Amino acid sequence: MVQKLDTLIETPSQTAGPYVHIGCIPTFAGVEGIYPEDLGKRAIEDGAKGERITITGSVYDGTGWALRDAMMETWQPDAAGKFPGEAGADPKVNGFCRFAADGESGVFTLETVKPGRVPARGGGTQAPHIAVWIVARGINIGLLTRIYFEDEDNEGDPVLSRIEQRHRVDTLIAKKTGEGRYHFDIRLQGENETVFLDL
Amino acid sequence: MTDQGPLIPRNRAIHPPAYDVAYKTAVTRSPNLPLLSMESTPTEENGPTFGHSTLGPLDNNLILNYTQGKSPAVGERILVHGRVLDENARPVPNTLVEIWQANAGGRYRHKKDTYFAPLDPNFGGCGRTLTDENGYYQFLTIRPGAYPWPNRANDWRPMHIHFSIFGHAFGQRLISQMYFEGDPLIDRCPIAATIKDRSQLDRLVAPLDMSAARPMDFLAYKFDIVLRGRRQTMFENKIEGM
Ligand SMILES: [Fe+2]
Repeated sequence: MVQKLDTLIETPSQTAGPYVHIGCIPTFAGVEGIYPEDLGKRAIEDGAKGERITITGSVYDGTGWALRDAMMETWQPDAAGKFPGEAGADPKVNGFCRFAADGESGVFTLETVKPGRVPARGGGTQAPHIAVWIVARGINIGLLTRIYFEDEDNEGDPVLSRIEQRHRVDTLIAKKTGEGRYHFDIRLQGENETVFLDL
Repeated sequence: MTDQGPLIPRNRAIHPPAYDVAYKTAVTRSPNLPLLSMESTPTEENGPTFGHSTLGPLDNNLILNYTQGKSPAVGERILVHGRVLDENARPVPNTLVEIWQANAGGRYRHKKDTYFAPLDPNFGGCGRTLTDENGYYQFLTIRPGAYPWPNRANDWRPMHIHFSIFGHAFGQRLISQMYFEGDPLIDRCPIAATIKDRSQLDRLVAPLDMSAARPMDFLAYKFDIVLRGRRQTMFENKIEGM
């Protein structure tokens, strides 16, 4: 026998299931009137500093079918790279946003500002990115990934640099489709499977 | 110090694997390739915070919140309460806990749920609250019914409440489910069975807690939650590699 550690074990995850919207974005599920509005409805408020951007895309399963029931959360800093709560952060940037894939088309839309560079562990900075967390029926533990931008300097980003198969870096980079418009698909499985993070 | 610094790397062995053949939807929604291992960065070490101004007085009362107090939901009245702690056994105060569930007949108020059991006009099915300074939370609700779901030919979900917890860092984000002590459907459920370590599954089963039950009013179930913690050593700020 050895001494007992006084640490605890994390509660195990379970799938968010098909009805995650009821709890997280009730108006999407058709549940009205309990909360004044859904939490995380907007990543930014009017007057947020920086470049306004719209990111659209879909979450695809291993057969190439776009999920109609996925829910996503995003988390990002302001245009200067400061997270909400940090000293000097833009008060108009909520940083957090919650949205669902459209029930008919499977397309999701995120409207926000382009994030700034943020510090990396051990010095240096990370290229501008938005953290994305995906849950749905059939996903047993939420999947974490990142949206980077093809028109930013991604060279030397410490997370992208860790990806051995260099062609997979592409799965984390949003493609510019117009002024302030980007496209970013998430592939859960199979060809061009998105790089998901384990930290 | 508790709210800064790197997260303790996640122990994936205590979580369900992504791929599980008995849970059919997981088969095409599970990454095949290994996840990219990394240390947490400020992106995952920060996270959204929500204040009391976000919440309404009935938000954690699912019996009354759908009718804004006018008319109670049908079902066995229960209190669900517990603490949110981290892996260092510290309380996680002021963190948002959200729940959602089926009504007493096993039917969700969702446009995609078409089960025979009727909707309860007085039950919405979601609630939320912030933990107090000791990490404590409580909800008043009704015990959800079991329900059938399309998986194998005759699969039923045990009675359960879905939980979503934020913590203080985006990397702590967790969604799970609470089951009820004594429910024979737990051992037949392919979703519960995605958790391979029985002692871990047991941690999702809330015991009846008569110490918190209120005579002639409601029963109580206790459900404690543990989120990931942060490394607590004094060597965290060392120069990389030294
Ligand atoms: Fe459920």
